[in-house]
Amino acid sequence: MTPEIGHFAIILALCVAIAQAFFSLVGATRGYVNWMAVSRPSAYVLFFLTAFGFCCLVVSFLTNDFSVLNVASNSNSQLPWPYRLAASWGSHEGSLLLWVLMLSGWMAAVARFSKGVPKDMLSLILGVMAIVAIGFYSFLLLTSNPFDRLLPPAMDGRDLNPLLQDPGMVIHPPMLYMGYVGFSVVFAFAIAALISGRLDTTWARWSRPWTTIAWAFLTVGIALGSWWAYYELGWGGWWFWDPVENASFMPWLCGTALMHSLLVTEKRGSFKIWTVLLAIITFSLSLLGTFLVRSGVLTSVHAFATDPERGVFILGFLVFVVGSSLLLFAWRAPKVGLGGRFSLISRESALLANNVLLVVAAASVLLGTLYPLFLDALGFGKISVGPPYFDAVFVPIMVPAMFLMGIGPIARWKKSSVPELAVKLKWAFAIAVISALLMPFAMGDWSILVSFGLLMATWIALAGLVNLWTRLKQMSSGEDRTLLGSFLAIPNAYYGMLFAHWGVAVFIVGVTLVNGYEVEKDVKMSLGNTVTIGEYTIRLDALKDLKGPNYTGVEGSMAILVDGKEVDRMFPQKRLYTVQQMPMTEAAIDTGFTRDLYISLGEPLNDGSWVVRVYLKPFVDWIWGGAFLMALGGVLAVSDRRYRRASQDEENRGEKTASS
Amino acid sequence: MTATRFLIPLFIFFGITVFLWKGLSLNPKEVPSPLIGKAAPEFTLPILNEFDARLSNSDMEGEVWLLNVFASWCGPCLVEHPILVNFAKTSDIPILGFNYKDKPQAAVQWLNRHGDPYERVVLDIDGRVGLDYGVYGVPETFLIDGRGFIRYKKIGPLTQADVSEDILPLIQELRQ
Repeated sequence: MTPEIGHFAIILALCVAIAQAFFSLVGATRGYVNWMAVSRPSAYVLFFLTAFGFCCLVVSFLTNDFSVLNVASNSNSQLPWPYRLAASWGSHEGSLLLWVLMLSGWMAAVARFSKGVPKDMLSLILGVMAIVAIGFYSFLLLTSNPFDRLLPPAMDGRDLNPLLQDPGMVIHPPMLYMGYVGFSVVFAFAIAALISGRLDTTWARWSRPWTTIAWAFLTVGIALGSWWAYYELGWGGWWFWDPVENASFMPWLCGTALMHSLLVTEKRGSFKIWTVLLAIITFSLSLLGTFLVRSGVLTSVHAFATDPERGVFILGFLVFVVGSSLLLFAWRAPKVGLGGRFSLISRESALLANNVLLVVAAASVLLGTLYPLFLDALGFGKISVGPPYFDAVFVPIMVPAMFLMGIGPIARWKKSSVPELAVKLKWAFAIAVISALLMPFAMGDWSILVSFGLLMATWIALAGLVNLWTRLKQMSSGEDRTLLGSFLAIPNAYYGMLFAHWGVAVFIVGVTLVNGYEVEKDVKMSLGNTVTIGEYTIRLDALKDLKGPNYTGVEGSMAILVDGKEVDRMFPQKRLYTVQQMPMTEAAIDTGFTRDLYISLGEPLNDGSWVVRVYLKPFVDWIWGGAFLMALGGVLAVSDRRYRRASQDEENRGEKTASS
Repeated sequence: MTATRFLIPLFIFFGITVFLWKGLSLNPKEVPSPLIGKAAPEFTLPILNEFDARLSNSDMEGEVWLLNVFASWCGPCLVEHPILVNFAKTSDIPILGFNYKDKPQAAVQWLNRHGDPYERVVLDIDGRVGLDYGVYGVPETFLIDGRGFIRYKKIGPLTQADVSEDILPLIQELRQ
């Protein structure tokens, strides 16, 4: 019964979304107050129904109901319960249900936390989101019902893909989707503003926290996915430029541009058209990503079971949503006035340049992702685009953006000057150059790429420090405060910016050093053999058979020796998942602040020895550490008191916090 | 400037949409390869690690064999690789590695690191032969029968289900 009740709840949810879209949009455009009043409660009902439906699916998974097709294909009675829970969103159908759950959750959050937004505006926003919801609920019910029965029921399930049986995979999809779907909020704000013609600084202020929080979720989601690939695929890579990775990375790049553009729109009233276009593009890229992943037009590691019918549906929906938004944009944008003027050297210019670079970077990723498809459709033959293209194109575009990250936050709004910036930043630049030249020697080996990467990282980090210092001095001199007082008086949004930028610096350090100084060894090892990597000597002491709940395997016991003394013991595993007969490598990783020691078992050889891969990866965890720091920055920015104040004096605020 | 420039994003979007629409019917996974049931395209290619030696597909005549397209830069190849290694161990069907648009040195390292399931590896450095075989995305796998006809093709990583449900039964059938 449970799946049918869940199915029914989702059908009801679709009906609620239809009613909500109708009453909210018509009510708001016609000014019927009692129609508009529907929008808020219906968002709560929608969320409740979807959460209920989702719980029904989870219950089917937890109770091993193999009469449900989805459960039978993606779970197994031997599967530990946390993975049975995660299997609920491990399939195409389940992940779509998670998608609509997130969407309705965001709608409920908008309804709950937008007290300051006028009724008609809120009604428009929820109406637009309801239209997006209608598309996805229909998609779910018409082409991908997660509650379909399997008659007669299976004796046992086909098990969850062993690649997904991992703690990282349990939280990666929900985080990623929170980000993906979260951009629907700022999209709805943009469309509502276009419809009502109220494209102003207030609109930007409402949109900002939603964008930032969605962006923070997306950042964590992408980082978790990358981290998972690092330890689960067993060969230590962390980014592959796979179409599905790109699908999440493009909205991230545009979302980053959008955050910065919204800042200018809120503070200076400029970039309105650009901001609204970015909001549309960011969400469009989220939808495009969904299309690419679900339709199977591109081949990828993450390929879900694909189905042309689904592709047609999403493409149709994509055309409707994006096409009508862009049409609305073309119709309304010419009437939007330009904001405050600014000179060539100003914070606006720096942010504009950063925006353009991020969007160009996103476009180059889009081009690389779709290029095989373009050529094929034009009959020019079939090609594949690999990392060589992305590395060659993406990095040079991002370099100037990194450089601007140091300057932008220090430049004044409206008009700044080169000498003024030079005075403020000359020491930061000099120290960055010197340390970038010297630091590679400390690692033992100088190379131009490493030096350049470190230059970017130290530049961003130091410019941030200079910025903080300047700001503290200004505050303590102006209002007669102690340094600590000023430290506390600075709004969280400012610290959010600093943390996010430092996160980028940390990330660059990780990428640069791991690319420059990674050591890897592949060796054949029998019991008692040793291999030396860096300062570590690794000795294979024992191999024992392994019996897990749904797998069998072999576990190696490795002693880690430094100067002949045992400092640690590591246990890499090779597993064979019994249901799908899929071999998996569980690497043993000793995580450290300055390096990871990574051991994975390769293949057994005929004489009883094993191929063992050992990596010493300097600073590799800084890659994900940087990403989490960026996300933390986002969370800090959203926690800023200013967003929680119901009403604000525009002018006053604009002056006081102009440099955040 | 006139207001028409605001229509540019819309036009770009529709341009992309046309390709996406076409892409649906070009779906690499749904449309069976036109090569299935046809003779495998001719090739004569250098062999990895064998100086000056060349291998042609006619050398394989009389055998049922697998052709696996891979590259060291290809992420998805790693996903299917353990399955191939396992297949090579448990079956006497030769797997010919088809190293696509890769540096031979990188391929050697990659095979050392991840295990070598291949009987031999041929090098298609400029990807020209790959074009004849309609290689779309790496990895791809072809099953070729004793007369040199392509009997099965998989685009994307092989799964254990592909091996046990499609490839092994087909091999059994071809050998009778």
